[in-house]
Amino acid sequence: MTWDFRNDLPIYSQLIEQIKLAIVSGVFAPGMRLNSVRDMAAEAGVNPNTLQRALQELERQGLVFSQRTSGRYVTEDTNVIDETKRALAQGQLAAFLDAMKKLGYERAEIIALLKEEA
Amino acid sequence: MPILECIDLSKRFGKTAALDNVNLSIEPGRVIGLLGPNGSGKTTLIKLANGLLTPSDGEILIDGEAPGPKSKAIVSYLPDKEYLPDWMCPKQLMDFFEDFYADFDRARAEEMLARLGLDPAQKVKQMSKGTREKVQLILVMSRRAKLYLLDEPIGGVDPATRDYILDTIIRNYNPEAAVVISTHLIADVEQVLDEVIFIQNGQILLQSDVDSIREEKGKSVDQYFREVFKC
Repeated sequence: MTWDFRNDLPIYSQLIEQIKLAIVSGVFAPGMRLNSVRDMAAEAGVNPNTLQRALQELERQGLVFSQRTSGRYVTEDTNVIDETKRALAQGQLAAFLDAMKKLGYERAEIIALLKEEA
Repeated sequence: MPILECIDLSKRFGKTAALDNVNLSIEPGRVIGLLGPNGSGKTTLIKLANGLLTPSDGEILIDGEAPGPKSKAIVSYLPDKEYLPDWMCPKQLMDFFEDFYADFDRARAEEMLARLGLDPAQKVKQMSKGTREKVQLILVMSRRAKLYLLDEPIGGVDPATRDYILDTIIRNYNPEAAVVISTHLIADVEQVLDEVIFIQNGQILLQSDVDSIREEKGKSVDQYFREVFKC
């Protein structure tokens, strides 16, 4: 996968976002073993401690899990993945609705526009 | 215990204070950017840590002791200049490092040379500037040191070499060791760092986590640096 970082946000939160995206989009498939922190950090070009913290947070959220001897894996629990996907979609929707409101559109008009687009 | 500590450290050259009452402490397991404009005191600080200069006032401690033979055994230093004898080849240089440093990991150096497709028998004299810089870095990073002091490792190298250098630093990460990278090219190293130290006119302006700066200021360390050091 390709990693891309913006300037105006902490790298930690961007790592969390990008790994989440990789998981919900199936780039990191359920049950897949993740590379070691060192290899993943080198691939993303980021500090290993920062990546480690991001992975711990993802672990806390139940998206990845560690097995003491063999490494870290993507969760096999598709419910957790679906919920995450849904939450990400809601975030996108909220941002979209907000932008449309700023353009002066009412809810009904937005829905009509969306239908046209589809 | 910090691996590097400065206590009221000053260094004067005649009337010029290259370092002025510096207090800082660096913990193992961290990758730290020593950032400041030209002439801010970065190289002076690194030379003091290596015992190449002596303090005018105050103390600098490596693993709790003043620089000396003991500290040199645990500090791996990349100077800001090319220093390899140009009649030697990487094989001879590895022999040399193996003799000098008990912590030199020859297999690791050989593997890195091979990965870059470098010829262990080519003389330094015949290498391009970029290749010489890579060989220097490989030798320095192949020691299992507790403190790496890299003075301007990415100044004047092409982007591919720069990426290789940063990749090498990440891949050699060791929770027991600290890496200090001095540079004024912040944008290039920022993502690799835990922490940054801003230095100006021999004084420490700031020591902070990269992500704390990004979080608080809503901008990259590079952008923040440009603001702080605006001419």
